[in-house]
Amino acid sequence: MVTLQNISKTYNKGAIKAVDQVSFKVKKGELFGLIGPDGAGKTSIFRMLTTLLIPDGGVASVNGLDVVTGYKEIRKQVGYMPGKFSLYQDLTVEENLNFFATLFNTTVQENYDLIKEIYVQIEPFKTRRAGKLSGGMKQKLALCCALIHRPTVLFLDEPTTGVDTVSRKEFWDMLKRLKDQGITILVSTPYMDEATLCERIALIQGGKIMSIDTPEAIIKSYPSPLFAVKSSKMSVLLEDLRKQDQVKSSFAFGEFHHLTFKENLPENQQSLLNDLEKLGHTCLEMKEITPTIEDCFIQLMSH
Amino acid sequence: MKNVVIKTDKLTKKFGDFIATDAITFEVYEGEIFGFLGANGAGKTTAMRMLCGLSIPTSGGATIAGFDIYKEAEKIKANIGYMSQKFSLYEDLTVIENIRFFGGVYGLSDKEIKEKSDDLIDLLGLKEESKKLVGSLPLGWKQKLAFSVAIIHDPKIVFLDEPTGGVDPVTRRQFWDLIYEASNRGITIFVTTHYMDEAEYCNRISMMVDGEMKALDTPTNLKKTYNAASMDEVFFELARGAKRQAD
Repeated sequence: MVTLQNISKTYNKGAIKAVDQVSFKVKKGELFGLIGPDGAGKTSIFRMLTTLLIPDGGVASVNGLDVVTGYKEIRKQVGYMPGKFSLYQDLTVEENLNFFATLFNTTVQENYDLIKEIYVQIEPFKTRRAGKLSGGMKQKLALCCALIHRPTVLFLDEPTTGVDTVSRKEFWDMLKRLKDQGITILVSTPYMDEATLCERIALIQGGKIMSIDTPEAIIKSYPSPLFAVKSSKMSVLLEDLRKQDQVKSSFAFGEFHHLTFKENLPENQQSLLNDLEKLGHTCLEMKEITPTIEDCFIQLMSH
Repeated sequence: MKNVVIKTDKLTKKFGDFIATDAITFEVYEGEIFGFLGANGAGKTTAMRMLCGLSIPTSGGATIAGFDIYKEAEKIKANIGYMSQKFSLYEDLTVIENIRFFGGVYGLSDKEIKEKSDDLIDLLGLKEESKKLVGSLPLGWKQKLAFSVAIIHDPKIVFLDEPTGGVDPVTRRQFWDLIYEASNRGITIFVTTHYMDEAEYCNRISMMVDGEMKALDTPTNLKKTYNAASMDEVFFELARGAKRQAD
């Protein structure tokens, strides 16, 4: 459905490489995630696929149409929700929705079944101006507007950025239901914990793709056993871990610090615990854990 | 006895009939990393604006760094630092110009500014970039610089409003190293975040729901109280009871 082959984009006459030879495919009906921080190149990729930017190199297609020559047709077939709120702030909820339906030669009634579930949540505010909506409601309205012409492919650029945990969970539930209706979805996010909600993901950093696979497969390919450790003094513990010869990497991770060893030895855990005890750490706790996508991202970044 | 640097008493702000912040009472201790969490629209920003001396409460009171928020707002401003994700540095000034500017705003002498800016540029490894426009720096560097500038005058307290949004996981952790360092120097950190792993890095956490402070405790105790495996679950448990949706 969506294909990129060695796509590149530079800015400032080549001084900034925003997207560097990126290739991947999104299958029909797939929920595909582009996971990476600000400046990774996610928005440039979205803008090239939605025909708003022309690539400097490589080829890309959406629904079999080339993004450069087939732009008119692509625009009719895709829905795009930009990262920055781009609806008309001075129009009401209802007016925005009608406006976007009209642009695509359709009506709200014709495709109401597709947006109904989302729209009923903002319907009580349909006469309110879009600029006066809360963050969560703006996000729902923007999604309705991106869906109103029944697109076959949906591009969502950081739809959950700055949104609290509860609204983020609700939003992902909505995406799953859209996917169940056969819509192909390409979504980007800087939140690593959202990666596991996608069927396949690409981890992206500095314009380059570091890994593409299912979240499970990326986690499985983590190169060494990963351990979590905590003690009564966490900030001192992190400094001490970094001084230990047998420790390869260590970084803070919520309640615990995560670490890997240089060599994979059975006595690793016990010998490290002994060393840390000698350094005065109390309430030590250590266990082997399954890596998260964030662990994988940190590991890939160190290359 | 722990030194109290922030003390509020039924602090309230109303906008017409709408109670944005509803009689919150709490204390923050010197050198503490205090997490201020809540869903969008829970009243965090309004509360923070009052604590920074930028907004006058409707009722209740507070002392910040020993100063009264009604009578001594200007003294509060001189004794705190503030950094937000949205506004922190001037993009069309260079690194060194930003440091000088904020040093001046916070009332440092020319001599102090000179010393501080040299130290800062060394500490952040920005020697090569000191004459570059801030707008051209990667986001992670901007955030580290913004934080350093917010504490350039050694304030008693620094307020951080979602300081780490959008950066990569490695840079985010480097940022927390800076926070720990400042906290070890006795600067109190008052921080909001949407990342629940960062909530774990705080000494204590408060949770705002619909304008009220619904919970305040250490991360360990909060997880016990709510019988939750992670802070994410604690947040979800508390925030899903929220009724209002305003921002």
